[in-house]
Amino acid sequence: MLSKLFLGARRVRAVVAATALLPLLAGCQRMVVMMPDGDVAGQQRDLILIATLLMLVIIVPVMVATVVFAWRYRAGRSANYDPTFDHSTGWELVIWSVPLLIITVIGAITWSSTHLLDPFRPLDRIKSGQPLAPNAKHMDVQVVAMDWKWLFIYPEQGIATVNELALPVDVPVRFHITSTSQFATFYAPTLAGMIYAMPGMRSMLHAVINKPTTSFGFSGNYTGQGHSDNRFALHGLEPAKFDQWVARVKANGGALTGADYLRLEKPSEKVPVQRYAAVQPGLFDRVVQRCVEPGKPCMAELMRGDMARAGGHPPEMRPGAGMPMGRNSMPVGESTPVPALQKAPEEKGSGPNVTKPDTPADAPGQRNPGDPQNRGIS
Amino acid sequence: MTDSSIWKTIFGRLTWESFPVHEPILLGTFAVVVVLGAALVGAITKYRLWGYLWTEWFTSVDHKKIGIMYIILGIVMLLRGFADALMMRAQQAIAFGGNEGYLNAHHYDQIFTAHGTIMIFFVAIPLVVGIINFVLPLQLGARDVAFPFLNNLSFWLTVSGAVLTMVSLFVGEFARTGWLGYAPLSGLAYSPDTGVDYYLWSLSIAGIGTTLSAVNMVATVLKMRAPGMTMMKMPVFAWTAFCSNALAVAIFPALTVAFALLLLDRYVGTQFFTNDLGGNAMQYWNLVWIWGHPEVYVLILPAFGIYSEVASTFCGKRLFGYTSMVYATVVILILSYLVWLHHFFTMGSGASVNSFFGIATMVIAIPTGAKIFNWLFTMYRGNIRFELPMMWLVAFILTFVIGGMTGVLLAIPPADFVLHNSLFLVVHFHNTIIGGVVFGLFAGMVYWFPKAFGFKLDPWWGKVAFWGWVAGYWIAWMPLYIPGLFGVTRRVNHFYDTSLQPWFIVAAIGALIILVGILGFVMSILVGWLKRDQLRDVTGDPWGGRTLEWSTSSPPPAYNFAFTPVVHDLDAWYDMKDRGYRRPAQGYRPIHMPRNTGAGVILSGIATVLGFAMVWYMWWLAAIAGAALLAYAIAHTFNYDRDYYIPAEEVARTEAARDRQLALAEA
Repeated sequence: MLSKLFLGARRVRAVVAATALLPLLAGCQRMVVMMPDGDVAGQQRDLILIATLLMLVIIVPVMVATVVFAWRYRAGRSANYDPTFDHSTGWELVIWSVPLLIITVIGAITWSSTHLLDPFRPLDRIKSGQPLAPNAKHMDVQVVAMDWKWLFIYPEQGIATVNELALPVDVPVRFHITSTSQFATFYAPTLAGMIYAMPGMRSMLHAVINKPTTSFGFSGNYTGQGHSDNRFALHGLEPAKFDQWVARVKANGGALTGADYLRLEKPSEKVPVQRYAAVQPGLFDRVVQRCVEPGKPCMAELMRGDMARAGGHPPEMRPGAGMPMGRNSMPVGESTPVPALQKAPEEKGSGPNVTKPDTPADAPGQRNPGDPQNRGIS
Repeated sequence: MTDSSIWKTIFGRLTWESFPVHEPILLGTFAVVVVLGAALVGAITKYRLWGYLWTEWFTSVDHKKIGIMYIILGIVMLLRGFADALMMRAQQAIAFGGNEGYLNAHHYDQIFTAHGTIMIFFVAIPLVVGIINFVLPLQLGARDVAFPFLNNLSFWLTVSGAVLTMVSLFVGEFARTGWLGYAPLSGLAYSPDTGVDYYLWSLSIAGIGTTLSAVNMVATVLKMRAPGMTMMKMPVFAWTAFCSNALAVAIFPALTVAFALLLLDRYVGTQFFTNDLGGNAMQYWNLVWIWGHPEVYVLILPAFGIYSEVASTFCGKRLFGYTSMVYATVVILILSYLVWLHHFFTMGSGASVNSFFGIATMVIAIPTGAKIFNWLFTMYRGNIRFELPMMWLVAFILTFVIGGMTGVLLAIPPADFVLHNSLFLVVHFHNTIIGGVVFGLFAGMVYWFPKAFGFKLDPWWGKVAFWGWVAGYWIAWMPLYIPGLFGVTRRVNHFYDTSLQPWFIVAAIGALIILVGILGFVMSILVGWLKRDQLRDVTGDPWGGRTLEWSTSSPPPAYNFAFTPVVHDLDAWYDMKDRGYRRPAQGYRPIHMPRNTGAGVILSGIATVLGFAMVWYMWWLAAIAGAALLAYAIAHTFNYDRDYYIPAEEVARTEAARDRQLALAEA
């Protein structure tokens, strides 16, 4: 049933493409959600269109009826004023059952599409008409959301980048996603939907890019002062070009060791693209387990100890199951902040009104207007 | 060293830096506020109004006065919240390409947090509670709410929260987390400054007020209806007020717990919502949204009730499908408690969980749709008078259904995966809150204003307000659905794609048109007062109403009804008029009334001091305030002088005066 709806959606998409010559499309920004380059995002767009059309079946008559009734039954010119018309079982049945019917249809679509488009579910097609085998190989990309930039690790290629995600066209990708501190959402609108990147947890997203393209991604969730600049570039490249890109990154040198990672992890804004030719093996797992710092115990060890004491068995990661429960990890970086009631008087600090120093000379940055050195300051 | 230690012990983290000494704009605003405040205080002192204000208003336990004070609070905070909105719209209209605008992230993030917090907690809730306060007992044929002192206390606790939030503008800073204060960003590690503390203390105090008020209203509906008024003979507004407050009773404890656990994290060092040591910030999201989603239904249900009253009055017929309306309201009440996860579909709960919550969310559209159809059928074959409240109803239907549609759209998890936290979402909730709640509140305020003050609002300025709001909303918000489909997300203060700028310039213009609407409403009050003799309501029933509040004078006497009415049918006042009701001329008895008390003002004042002291780490002051709060509350329970009787002669005199007024009106 869903495929029939998607068939109809292709026709709908054609209509939309035709009307996409709307003058609203001023400028070079494409409607990345409505005309995406990724198959998953395309299926999500189809859902939006189908649901909207189904609901307009009710909404348009309601709006028309409102205007018509307001006009026809206005005081002084009212046709057939009937002060006793306040009940009709027949009409009640209609107004409860028609929305019920439409919601049932949308509900069925919801159930099946939510399962088919579950971010944890491996892809079953590259695009419409090009299915994938059940256990088809996906390219792994590991994503670490940081304050306020994105680290992409390509474990199969052994490289890493900051704020630049290159993907080969028509190759299914499995993203493993985590975060250092905040709940950012990993979102490239033209590629697929978003999913939260959360510290100590591993989210997943399966997606494919179907066209060579240059696009963008960002965090959909506000994570602090660098939120507006927390963006990455997305490049869809033909497989040959993708291999060339990987080779270029490798040739450029640079390595992402644990120490480099700890430096990178410190809060920074408007971070330019960086590329690393080599990555410390197992770095992403250490990031998830919050033990990149030498000497910190990994989450798995802590949890094993906790579970042994409690006598339980942690649930395994499988598609549709959601996040594993009960994590325990040690804080990254400095130790936990001192809670308010335990602060000694000298530790209370100050609650400033705005962070503007009282002497201009103390302000960071250059004082001549437009100096490019001021760009990265919040 | 020891000196510094003493200063820190006394003043906590309050220093000279906590005041806007370096920011000329803020300092200027602070100075203006201080000057205006002093002028207000001076004027009140000069005209010797303190006694009047204290005895007639601040200490009053009369639901009508408390309702009016709530509404005044809501309108004042609307001006502050809207100022935040104007600043955001201005910033977003100019900050494109290399232009970073005039508000850096540090300021902008406080502004959007304050905007949301103020609009929900200090505008929408007080206005809704205020209207319910004023109208509900009158509609039920009661003399007051079930717990009049608690009513007064609830109001002042809300004011206490509002004061703390307003103080944060000038002393220290407000939160930079968004209006819900999501962990982990709101935890001590990432927001160590005063912002989140202000947020938590002011909302915890105000939340206690709202919880108490909700308990009050539920008890009022259950126990204080006039004889003969069964639940199914109650006005629909009373039903929606009942369901809304029952929902509030169920959900505010969840918010209180969420805030309490976050406060423990920040003050005591627990690890409920941290990233490590066993904490899980997802739990904060769950708790806060278990409150947050039903909360929007707490706001919209009374608005639906207002629309029902307005529809039946101005269409000249009984509301269509009363039973169906009641059942729809109850179904919405129950369902709204089962959908909270749709606010974080993208958090990876798995397909089955996401589907359940998505489908449950969509199902709410069915009773809501039934209500809209019932209003349409009330208009059908009616005799529609297009007074302002009726205009607000029509604008609501046309506007709200779009918001409902986008809501069902967002309820589909895969669609939400691309639209979560986008501008599309922001437009959706402004669509439903402005088109649903705000339009309803204006309809209600215009509808019941004559009852409260004895004269109608000026109709011309009322129309300016109407068109300003409706045109302004459609221009400011409706087009912004499109950039949401362009991949624009929320809470950004500058943009990279300059082709989006026209959309935001249009939105800024729309916001200015809404400003005209807001000022128009304020003018309608002022001009109405100036022209009150022409706009006077002498009969108490200026619109041809159908429910019991219209049987009283405008404004009603303190005791509401000299004789508790006996109800025989739905639309009790219409029924009375239909049967040729005549006012009794004798047999008045002394009426038992609750006495005014200053305990609400005092307790809330101490609570404000407690909140401020906790925010600034002044433990000695917090301890004293906490002890004083407890001591005063206990002492107040020993005050047995809580009631008095209005003598029968006074009742007779008041009723006779009303008889004369009615006779003049008929002549």
